[in-house]
Amino acid sequence: MSQTETATPAPKTSHGHQPHVLKPERSRLGLMRPDHSKSVFIDWLTTVDHKKIGIMYGAIALFFLFIGGIEALIIRTQLIVPENDLISAERYNQLFTMHGTTMIFLAVMPLNSAFFNFLIPLQIGARDVAFPRINALSLWSFVAGALVINFGWLLEALQLMGLFSASGPTAGMTDLAPSGGWFGYAPLSSKEYSGVGTDFWIMGLQILGVASLTASMNFIVTILNMRAPGMKMMRMPVFTWMSLVVAFLIIFAFPAITIALGQLMFDRTFGTNFFNVAGGGQPILWQHLFWIFGHPEVYILVLPAMGIISEVLPTFSKKPLFGYSIVIFSGAVIGFLGFAVWSHHMFTTGLGKVATAAFSLLTMAIAVPTGVKIFNWVGTIWGGRIRFTAPMIFSLGFVWMFMMGGFSGIMHAAAPADAQQQDSYFVIAHFHYVIMGGIFLALVSGIYYWVPKVFGKMWTGSLSTWVAVLIVVGLNVTFFPMHFLGLLGMPRRTHTYLEGFGWSSYNLVCTLGSYILAIGILLLLVDLIRCLRRGEPAGNDPWDARTLEWATTSPPQVYNFAKTPVIPARDALWSHKHGPEGKKITYEDDHGHGIHMPSNSWMPLIASIGFVPLGLGMTLKQAGVPYMGSFAIFGLFVITLGLALWALEGPGGFHLHPDEDDA
Amino acid sequence: MSDTATAHHDDHASLNIDNKKLLMWLFLGSDCMFFGTLISTHLIYRKIYPESFDPTSLFSLELTSFSTFILLMSSFLMALAVSAMHKGELKSFRRNVLGVIFFGLIFLGCQVYEFAHFVHEGLTLSTNTFGSTFYMMTGTHGVHVAIGVFWLICMYFYSHTGKMDAHESAVDVEIAGLYWHFVDIVWIVIFTAVYLIEFI
Repeated sequence: MSQTETATPAPKTSHGHQPHVLKPERSRLGLMRPDHSKSVFIDWLTTVDHKKIGIMYGAIALFFLFIGGIEALIIRTQLIVPENDLISAERYNQLFTMHGTTMIFLAVMPLNSAFFNFLIPLQIGARDVAFPRINALSLWSFVAGALVINFGWLLEALQLMGLFSASGPTAGMTDLAPSGGWFGYAPLSSKEYSGVGTDFWIMGLQILGVASLTASMNFIVTILNMRAPGMKMMRMPVFTWMSLVVAFLIIFAFPAITIALGQLMFDRTFGTNFFNVAGGGQPILWQHLFWIFGHPEVYILVLPAMGIISEVLPTFSKKPLFGYSIVIFSGAVIGFLGFAVWSHHMFTTGLGKVATAAFSLLTMAIAVPTGVKIFNWVGTIWGGRIRFTAPMIFSLGFVWMFMMGGFSGIMHAAAPADAQQQDSYFVIAHFHYVIMGGIFLALVSGIYYWVPKVFGKMWTGSLSTWVAVLIVVGLNVTFFPMHFLGLLGMPRRTHTYLEGFGWSSYNLVCTLGSYILAIGILLLLVDLIRCLRRGEPAGNDPWDARTLEWATTSPPQVYNFAKTPVIPARDALWSHKHGPEGKKITYEDDHGHGIHMPSNSWMPLIASIGFVPLGLGMTLKQAGVPYMGSFAIFGLFVITLGLALWALEGPGGFHLHPDEDDA
Repeated sequence: MSDTATAHHDDHASLNIDNKKLLMWLFLGSDCMFFGTLISTHLIYRKIYPESFDPTSLFSLELTSFSTFILLMSSFLMALAVSAMHKGELKSFRRNVLGVIFFGLIFLGCQVYEFAHFVHEGLTLSTNTFGSTFYMMTGTHGVHVAIGVFWLICMYFYSHTGKMDAHESAVDVEIAGLYWHFVDIVWIVIFTAVYLIEFI
């Protein structure tokens, strides 16, 4: 479509007159602001720049990591001694539900999105994502969904402060925060057993689904279609490859949960019978639909982490990634098999011998490509010139702790063993080793690795070592004893326990470990803020790295690359710096047309904001709060208005002519 | 939504497919999973209470066959509209799009009549699992048709503004066509797996 635009020397803007040529101006965060007529605040709200959207995703994810962490700390404090009565059983249910939901959907997934947004266009040599405004829509609808999910907490807080009383608008409303677990098993999440909190949960997740689906489609188009010339699929950085697999997983896995949540919502609102046993429904349907989404979700969370590791280990070992193509293929195989193992979450529901055996085998099969990856990483380090920087330490921590989580995963794959471990603390130990010990360490590694690129500032080494020590020690002290607790029979989701089962001392150790972990994560935030405020200039390529994002300035200009790079080989930057002649990156000439960049837009923000009144209105209406129907219709109106104005806004955009020395 | 404010790279789009068209293919891939989930839920649930209720006495094959035929013909017209746009024949494009809109509205009318009739006969969302799955699935399909009709109406009016240029708009029409054909194909599956299967 833009072929016509490139061919014309002065393309028209949406307003029909000549395009204004802007000179970008550096804002306080070191990022480029193309249009200096607007305030910084408005610029961030209306931005369509993938880098700023990535930074906002990251900041919001870290905020929710903090919230989810506080929820976890209250849970662990409640379990510090037997028969503790710090919080009620109902509050405990709400806390573990929101802890799981927050950490998975509001902390880890958006943190992954932060990396996708910031890195993918840079790594493939593109100027932006394929649809910059849809990208902004994804961010803001994620924020809207997060608000709706957490609205129950707000109501609980207002009620605690006495602002809502029994006679107020929330009269008769029970269970304001969701309490059915992050898996929302029906009939626990059906109307008989849960209150309005579950409605917030359903609505919020649906809105988050909009965000994830639009973002994934956008990234697939970006990766498949916007690669710089010469960047063949098998020359792409591993992180971009893993992101591509994740995006496909999302567009095929999320519809299942969307339909399941829709059915649950219909059950609760219109009295349908999907999960209602009296009406002929079967709660097992929820488990199938949930885990057809839920198991691929595990790989949606972990594959970006594996991508990060595959970037960090080669850089700090001064070696190319061992078995690049095998890492790619094993990632794709993991993605494919991820859809074939959902019933291993349901071994104890009585699926029958054939199904159980098949899912048991398939689950064990998934250990093969995962193991292959581990060997590739070890092969990468092997004989390398290793630099023990913070990203490297966290990556090595990932390889070790993810392996431990993987081993207990294989133990679950054996259906008879799983029958014993099901719903015990052993399962909690397993998935926290995978998610905290694996994914979280990889994400921290990625943060330390790319922060110099994102902000152009360097962290200092001393504090980061403490962060690493505290987090790794805290993780192991918290989660390792949980294996024993599980084997001793302590069930999960129990809000207290009696003395004399031999659980007390292990629980005490777990709780103390969680405090160590919390201090580590706080120090991480302190370290990041210190880096932002007082970091030394990082330079364009502080690590002597291998991928394309390090070829441009730190922080990158708004247009990423002044001239489009032409990629001669895999590990392009490395071969450019250290390879033979003929393997060097060349740059395309823009023939004096300058760079066409998209303009900022209010429409994604407006359209997404509409989700908040829509979601809250629909949930509160059926709880009997007055005027909520109109509130929901108002939300729908705002969404439609935003989209209609968006359509009328036209393509827009402006032209930039960077100086020759802005590489 | 014309989100053509893409960064300047598609002059060498790596796959030689327009960005927007690729986005639509991905959306349709995702939509397959939506309908797959809905239809399989129905197929699993439809026999749970066979003795209390007989769908064959409710369904009218004549009406559903008619609306299926109508939808197929609308797909034919849609194909003509796309081809007209590619040749730059705006008048023929408008005529065919109006036909698609008209047929789409007839289909929706049949569905509204059918729903009203079924509710009158006593099958509602909450009667049994058959009702729950039937209405949710066919309703979701109906919403897709309605969105398609709305989209084409917008496109029809847009074609009168004089802003349609041969290259860019042909791609947009083609994308709307992809969506419309997909919605039709889904209906063929629903017609077979929901209506015809009851008469075997």
